[in-house]
Formats: sequence, C-alpha cells, structure tokens
Amino acid sequence: MRLLFREALLSFRRAPVLSSLSITTIAFSLFTIGLFGLVAINLQRALEGLEERVEIVAFIMRGTPAESIAQASQDIAAFPEVQDVGYVSEEQALARARRELVEFRDAYRDLQVNPLPPSLELRLKPGFRDAAHVGVVAERLRGFSFIEDVRYGREWIQRLDHLRNLTGILGLVIGLVFAAVAMVIIGVTIRLTLLQRAREIHIMRLVGATNWFIRGPFLLEGALKGTLGGLLAVALCYGGFLIFRRSAESFNGLLFFEPWQAAVIVAFGTLMGLGGSLLSVGRHLRHMGGRADRRAS
Amino acid sequence: MIRLSHVHKTFPNGAVALRDVSFHVARGEFVFLTGHSGAGKSTLLKLLYAEQRPSSGEVRVSGHVVSGLKGDAIARLRRRLGIIFQDFRLLEDRTAAENVAFALEVTGARKDAIAARASRVLAQVGLASKSRAYPRELSGGEQQRVAMARALVNDPAILLADEPTGNLDERATRGVFQLLRDINAGGTVVVMATHDLDLVRQTEYRTIEMRDGAVVYDSADEASAPGPQ
Repeated sequence: MRLLFREALLSFRRAPVLSSLSITTIAFSLFTIGLFGLVAINLQRALEGLEERVEIVAFIMRGTPAESIAQASQDIAAFPEVQDVGYVSEEQALARARRELVEFRDAYRDLQVNPLPPSLELRLKPGFRDAAHVGVVAERLRGFSFIEDVRYGREWIQRLDHLRNLTGILGLVIGLVFAAVAMVIIGVTIRLTLLQRAREIHIMRLVGATNWFIRGPFLLEGALKGTLGGLLAVALCYGGFLIFRRSAESFNGLLFFEPWQAAVIVAFGTLMGLGGSLLSVGRHLRHMGGRADRRAS
Repeated sequence: MIRLSHVHKTFPNGAVALRDVSFHVARGEFVFLTGHSGAGKSTLLKLLYAEQRPSSGEVRVSGHVVSGLKGDAIARLRRRLGIIFQDFRLLEDRTAAENVAFALEVTGARKDAIAARASRVLAQVGLASKSRAYPRELSGGEQQRVAMARALVNDPAILLADEPTGNLDERATRGVFQLLRDINAGGTVVVMATHDLDLVRQTEYRTIEMRDGAVVYDSADEASAPGPQ
C-alpha cells in the first residue's frame, strides 16, 4: 500500500508540469461547473422567493351569502394544489387599496360606494406553482357560480417556468460537456504519463508485476489529481463568489455551496480522475500488450 | 523444465518467425541458442516468458502450458523466471540496489526482506560496493550484472538471457559469462541466445542452432543419435 502511494506521488515529482496541468484543467472544468451551480442555486432561491408570491385571486359576486363563501373556502382549501385560502371582504379590499395605492388615496376616500368586490386569495403548494397547475385551479374556480372572475399572472408564471426549465437544461448540458472535456484531458495526461513510463511498465511486466499492480499507481494518481482539482475548483468558486459579492452589494443574501455540495464537487473530481485514468490505463495497457506481439524479433 | 512441441509463430504481417520448433531442456542444463539475427532466437525466448503466444504448438515451462496463460498467471510465471537482455533494461532513475529491489517489490515482499535479499544478490554478482550507483555511473558489464542480480533476486528456476554479452567488450563478456556459468552450477537452468560463436566453442554446453525460424542443429541430438556408418 505504501509502495502504491509512493509510486503515485513519484509521478507528481517526475512530471511536475504535466501533473499541474492536469490538476489545473480538472480544477478549471469543475470551477466552470461550480460557477454554474452557484448561479443555479441562487437563481433557484430567487425563483422560490418569486413563487412564494404566485397567487390566484377569485372575485366574488356582490351579495353572495357569507355561508356560501365559507363553504366554498373550505372546498377550495381541500384542493390538493392549494396551500391556503384567504377571504378578503369589500372593506378589507378598500382599506388595502387606500394603504397601498397612495396615488389614488383621495379618490378612494371620496367614494360613496365601495367599487371593490370581495375576493378569495389562494396560494398554491410548492411544486404546483407552475403555469399548468395554476390554469387548472383557475378553471376549477370558475366553476363556482358566485365567482365572477379569476385573475392570475398567466404570462408571468409561464415566463418563470421557461426560465427555470432553461436554467436546468443549460446547466445539465454545460455541466456534461465540461465533465466530458475534463475526462478527456485527464485521460490524455495519464496516457502521456504512461508513454513517458512505457519502459518502466515494460520492465515491471518482465519482473512479474500483475496488471493491477501496474494500474494501481496510475488510478491512484488520477484519483489524487481529480481530488486536488476538485478542492482547487471549490476554492476558486469561493474566490469568485467573494469577488462577485463585493462588487454587487445589491444582491443580498447570496448563497455559497453547503458543505455537502462542496464535497460533491470534490467527489466528482475524484471520480472524473479515476474514470479518466481507468479508461486510459485500460486501453493503453492492452495496446502495449498487443504491440509487443506485432513486433517482429 | 522447458518443452516446446511443434511450435509455429507467424506475425500478423505474415512474417514467419518460428517453424515447427520442438525441443526439451532438462533440469540443470545450460543451453546456447545460436543463429543469425532474425533466425528466431528472441521470439523463441519471448514465447518462454509469455511475451508472445505461439500461433500453434505448445510451450511448457516448469510444467505449465505457457501458451495458455493469461493476465496474472503470466505475472506469476515471470516471477519464477529470470530474464536478462542485451540492453540491460534498467530503470535509469533508480540505483543498482533499487533496481534489484524493484523486482521484489512487485511481488509484494516485505520491506526488510527486500533490502537484505537485494544486497545479497548484488554481492553475488560482485557489485556490493556499487549498490548506490545509478546505471549511468556504471560500465556496461556492471549494468548487466545489476540486471542479473535483478533476475536472480527471486531465486528463479530458469534464467533466460537474450544476447546478454552483445553490448559488452571481451573482458566484460568473460565476466558476465562466468557469472552465468556459476548460476547454472547452482542448479538454475540457463538458456542463452547469442551469436558469439567464440563463447559457444569455449564450452561443452548444449547448442541449438536456428535458421529462418527452424532448429537446424541440436548438439543433444548428435550426442544421442548413432554416428554415420
């Protein structure tokens, strides 16, 4: 085991430029993925904040008996999509209008008759705050005979939906592309190391080293580089995060990765390093075995 | 110890390296493989240490059918063989002692045992004083002795030598050859490919001569066959 580690670490000393290059490329790829992840995390949180406010307003005909409204509220509250239902009476609506719509305060004050209808305000449960569910619930509300009109920010909700889907898809695509690039780079650097040490591997085989004995240090080397790259990426992300936060003070409460998320990035680096070296070592060692057979004596 | 039965070897490019080669090497023998370059000597040795597979026929070493071995079984076979080459094949960035220890490390031997055995075989080949020297600091003859020490460190039953004196001057050749004879005297089978006929003529060892991939002369056959009437 100690020999395994020594061999793996030796490669860092033997090829410092190559080793730092591969660590840097892994770090850079993961840094890009990490940055995207940060944007996604913060965007998701912002969306959640916006979604909190997704609500449906159902205007009630004047003169509807209070019992009917109360009954309907209970029924509506029992919809699987609905989080809560609130009744806003005519007086409350007027009071709110006076409070919030400062420009029209005078107009509302002089009114003899309250022009605002009473309404039910609904908020949907998380997971149902998308255009499709809002539409379904609105349609169901229209079915109540005393409900005059249903309003909700249809376009606004749809746009929110699009934005979220786009972020998800974009994140996935960019993440996968960079992961593939990083794997290829790790594979190439491991292959360069293999070529550099072809003679040594040949001698190892001659003196009776098993395939796993030969592979072991390379796999460990890949895993170590991947881990270091992952750590570097998290550090870079944190640096970028600090710089962005300082230059954009208006963004309050920006989030950084949770410790487990940072650990996932590092683990991802380890896996990429291991995967890249496994692919490269497996293919290359088979190739070297085959080449020996083709060489005429 | 070694038995080849009707071994053929054809390379993928169509070149025929060995044609119907059959012979047997008994325990304790010293055998010269002679012939011009390209006669098939190296290919034959490669079949013995499973670097290549015969196209047909069977190769047996120490009772194992080498031609059927795969993966780690090949590694285990090689640990019971010692192999040396014309170009020594030492690791340039390791000292003589480290090169020898390397062959033990890959077998997973214990560290204290490795150091002790490495210095013992280096003493056996007369290089105890140069154990810390790097290959580039050693003469050709000394480098070949390090390679021999590496080959011997696992106490092999068979030592395969592919032109071991090909890069050495006359004096170094004598030294290395004497060492091979000593190793053989200790009971190890030695198969030595060479085209140094002076060396062959000096001794009474068995000689197998190859030409164009076929065995054209085996001194063992001559000794047992009835002479011309």
